[in-house]
Amino acid sequence: MSLLDISGLTLSIGALPILRDVTLSIAAGEILAVTGESGSGKSMTALAVMRLLPQAAATRGAVYLEDEDLCALSEDEMCQRRGRDIGMVFQEPMTALNPVMTIGAQVMETILIHTETSTADAQAEAARVLTRVGLPPERFPLDRYPHELSGGQRQRAVIAMAIALRPKLLIADEPTTALDVTTQAQILDLLRDLVREYGMGLMIITHDLAVVAGLADRIVVMRKGEVVERGPTMSVLTHQRHPYTRMLFEASRHAVTLPAAPAAPAPLLEVREAVRDYTTPRKGWLGKPGRFRAVNNVSFTLHKGERLGLVGESGCGKSTLTRALLGLEELQGGELLLNGQPLSQQRSPAERQAMQVVFQDPYGSFNPRHRVERLVTEPFHLSPDAPMGRARQDLVAQVLEDVGLSAADAQKYPHQFSGGQRQRIAIARALITRPELILFDEAVSALDVSVRARILDLIADLCDAYGLTYLFISHDLSVVREVCDRVLVMQKGEIVEQGPVEDVFTAPKHAYTQTLLAAAPVLPDITPTEPLETPA
Amino acid sequence: MNRSLFLGGLLSGIMLLLAIASFVWTPFDHAVMNIPDKLQTPNATHWLGTDHFGRDILSMVMVGARTSLAVALLAVGIGVGLGVPLGLAAAATRGSWLDEVIMRGNDLVFAFPSLVIAILITAVFGPSATNAIIAIGIFNIPVFARVARGGSLSLWAREFILTARVAGKSRARISAEHILPNIANLLIVQGTIQFSLGILAEAGLSYVGLGAQPPTPSWGRMLAEAQTLVSLAPHLAIVPGLAIILTVVGLNLLGDGLRDRFDPRLMEGRA
Amino acid sequence: MLHYLLKRLMSLILSLAVASMVIFAVIEVAPGDPASFMLGTGAQEDTVAALRSELGLDQGKVSRYLTWVGGMLTGDFGTSYTYRTPVAEMVGERLWVSLPLALYALTLSTLIALPAGIYAAARRGKAGDMAVMGATQLGVAVPNFWFAMLLVLVFAINLRWFSAGGFVGWDKGLWAGLHALTLPAVALALPQAAILARVMRSALLEVLGEDFMRSARAKGLSQRQAIRRHGVRNALIPVLTIIGLQFSFLLAGAIIIEQVFYLPGLGRLVFQAISARDLIVVESVVMLLVFAVILVNFLVDLTYAVVDPRLRRAA
Repeated sequence: MSLLDISGLTLSIGALPILRDVTLSIAAGEILAVTGESGSGKSMTALAVMRLLPQAAATRGAVYLEDEDLCALSEDEMCQRRGRDIGMVFQEPMTALNPVMTIGAQVMETILIHTETSTADAQAEAARVLTRVGLPPERFPLDRYPHELSGGQRQRAVIAMAIALRPKLLIADEPTTALDVTTQAQILDLLRDLVREYGMGLMIITHDLAVVAGLADRIVVMRKGEVVERGPTMSVLTHQRHPYTRMLFEASRHAVTLPAAPAAPAPLLEVREAVRDYTTPRKGWLGKPGRFRAVNNVSFTLHKGERLGLVGESGCGKSTLTRALLGLEELQGGELLLNGQPLSQQRSPAERQAMQVVFQDPYGSFNPRHRVERLVTEPFHLSPDAPMGRARQDLVAQVLEDVGLSAADAQKYPHQFSGGQRQRIAIARALITRPELILFDEAVSALDVSVRARILDLIADLCDAYGLTYLFISHDLSVVREVCDRVLVMQKGEIVEQGPVEDVFTAPKHAYTQTLLAAAPVLPDITPTEPLETPA
Repeated sequence: MNRSLFLGGLLSGIMLLLAIASFVWTPFDHAVMNIPDKLQTPNATHWLGTDHFGRDILSMVMVGARTSLAVALLAVGIGVGLGVPLGLAAAATRGSWLDEVIMRGNDLVFAFPSLVIAILITAVFGPSATNAIIAIGIFNIPVFARVARGGSLSLWAREFILTARVAGKSRARISAEHILPNIANLLIVQGTIQFSLGILAEAGLSYVGLGAQPPTPSWGRMLAEAQTLVSLAPHLAIVPGLAIILTVVGLNLLGDGLRDRFDPRLMEGRA
Repeated sequence: MLHYLLKRLMSLILSLAVASMVIFAVIEVAPGDPASFMLGTGAQEDTVAALRSELGLDQGKVSRYLTWVGGMLTGDFGTSYTYRTPVAEMVGERLWVSLPLALYALTLSTLIALPAGIYAAARRGKAGDMAVMGATQLGVAVPNFWFAMLLVLVFAINLRWFSAGGFVGWDKGLWAGLHALTLPAVALALPQAAILARVMRSALLEVLGEDFMRSARAKGLSQRQAIRRHGVRNALIPVLTIIGLQFSFLLAGAIIIEQVFYLPGLGRLVFQAISARDLIVVESVVMLLVFAVILVNFLVDLTYAVVDPRLRRAA
């Protein structure tokens, strides 16, 4: 008999259908991955098991934990199950812990509300659990507050809260999405070990097929609130019977064809010994303000027509470097040269137009009150030779069509577009001045895999049409590998390795690069042989 | 149109109309004393009764609405006119000495309640309605500066501001073009709140004699004059009090309604 | 923690210094000479000059400012122009009415508002919430001095539970003093409580949307337990700011309310001083009020450090 049995779960919020007839099960000691893109209903499925849905939600169907239908329990009875029989870990460790309560107290709370334990015993038990998840009290005393821990450590504390009573079922909703790749690997290892050790069932919600492939025993693929395919992980991945599964899989390891890099490269952007310091708050009353070197002596050259990648984990200085290249931050040392000419902090309109940027967040990139035409022509600000009138409209129409939108979209507002379309508008804005260099700052990181694949295709196409040179900044190694010729690896403000992508990815020299590559989950190299299942 | 917006707009609209109407028509001349008719309770001739000098209370309330609304509105004008630019400048230069000076100055002005400012000004220049405007206006400055700064700071971290900076736009230009329109909603909501607080503050100042002086009628002064007679003729106190309450409730409902209307989450839903 | 404390203390001293300069400068602008005003129109020039030098008015602005500030630091607020008695004595007496009144009202307002706000937030959208919100909507609109007049009408004149005005003095005992201040304190507190309840409610609603509240529920806490153990303390952080600000409103409100109840507080003193052009009294009372406001906000800052560990250890 399975541990968790969801059958015919249907859920709507108001008039909006969220889940339709979801059926799945998990056995004790088994890891089930629920995967799909945003809007697939995978998180809602998890919340439905916990019965922590928004108030307006209406559900039908049954959720059996062993032989008890959770849907039939009263709220009070459900409170007794949560935390004791089912634990849950959430996506965002930075906000999942109460900021004004110590981690020890938060772990103890799980124990104290469900059992008749003395405070001293609960404290000892909390210390044991925290030690188990990798936060031993010798190094992480119980009276630490969440803000004193890093993201990965906080996620360990959240896991400790969830497993303190050794629940039968653990639900983890995108538990590593907000974490760096090396931290992700550690947290996934921890979860896998805990399942083995406690014999729990684990339901892991993730959009990342590579994570699924490396971790799950079985897999459920969801789309728009429905389960489209299920089965043992290897079987689903090798057969990919459902077209959606196949699309997800292909998009996840999407390959693009870049035009060949120029044979005789001429330097376009040269960065020489760039240094960027920040002052940190004084330590103590009389202490000197500290200094944090975000970018330390970075030098590299970007050649005309080259596609250069910049990878590193959060806090490695890649965002600071990007801002410095754009002239948004001052450098304390070193210099930047564009076409051999030094770039000053105060840039001329021509220098600004030569370098454009595409940011990550397709929702934060536009003033919501302006029309697309005004948004994409913003780079012409202060430009003496900006096209006006008819010529300007034609140019806007041209770039919009080049990025796969239509000329008529110029009159629309940003909220009328989807995330992927907005990212196209952001690319159009970067292209309109025909810049010599574009910085893609995590430009595809917020997108679903299928959308991401299409944007990567677009970038490859534009390489042909516009002869692009770009710097592609990303934490995602696999994407950089696809769209770059050469790559820089950054750690703690320094560039620790650089070289052609194939060399760096297949034979990394620096220890950090090796760690990064080893930690990154990879999709197995599978080409589905079976024909697609024809939907009935 | 939500219910708060409708009700609030209606109430504030009526009060505004009464104030404007008083320039051309009131049931009686609000200043004419008619001792034989004194202290009448509401009746067919004097709808809201008369005071101890026999003046028509409805007429006084209508004319008093002018004073209250004008003082509060001008005080909001001072607060917006000075506070918003300061707040925008502070946000645009976050962390710099300018930001620090503006915010410290803000804190300092917060330490002077409008009553204290009014006491100071009155001690120096003597009492008048202008004092009330200045006192409440000064108090409004840090309020708007804070709202403007708070609303702007989160916007400055948004990527569309970064792209505007990449395009070479100056901080002043970005503040005017990108920031201000996006915090206008916040400012309008705060404006209605400060407007209603201004009505209350004006009434308090006039009540203690630091605001409008005779013969200018004001709600606060009517209450001051009613005080000794309150056991004899409660309507003298109740009528101007209700006028204040209705106006303030109206403005607050209007503010709530506008807030709901502007709520970014609701906007996102509409998109 | 020490760093944070010292930083706050520095900012307290700086605020007081700047505030005293502003007050001094404004009073300096006042037209007319206090000495001639005190002696009346027919006074001899040399008598005026003698009084000017006695009051120190013949010295330079900077030296008079320093004398004034130095005096206040040692408890010497100068001599009243009209009563010829030390201002410190006059103010000290009155302060014992106004300050307890403001604190009494602050206590009442907090005791009413926090539970009401928490209750409303926990029942968001339900009848209880609607009732609390309706009451606060009315409460924030009521002028406190008008409400005070109604209270007098009902509880003093009709029911005779309280006296309509005046103050018995603290020498009649704490209880009698509090009893005399009850109606004014209630009149002051209720409108402020309405504001505070709204702030508490919206602060708590905001916290209820946080991820850690969901974590708490996932541990097995009921909605009520989660609010009590995780919600309230986090919501208190913005509420504290408002409580600090409210003190300044209550102190100003106390000065107005004193007029309704004929209380011998700072209000009466300062209004008499204004009409008598006794500027040194006005100056001292204003400085004292501003000092109280700045001090309370300093205390609020310290309370932050207790409630919010991020401030405690980060510094």
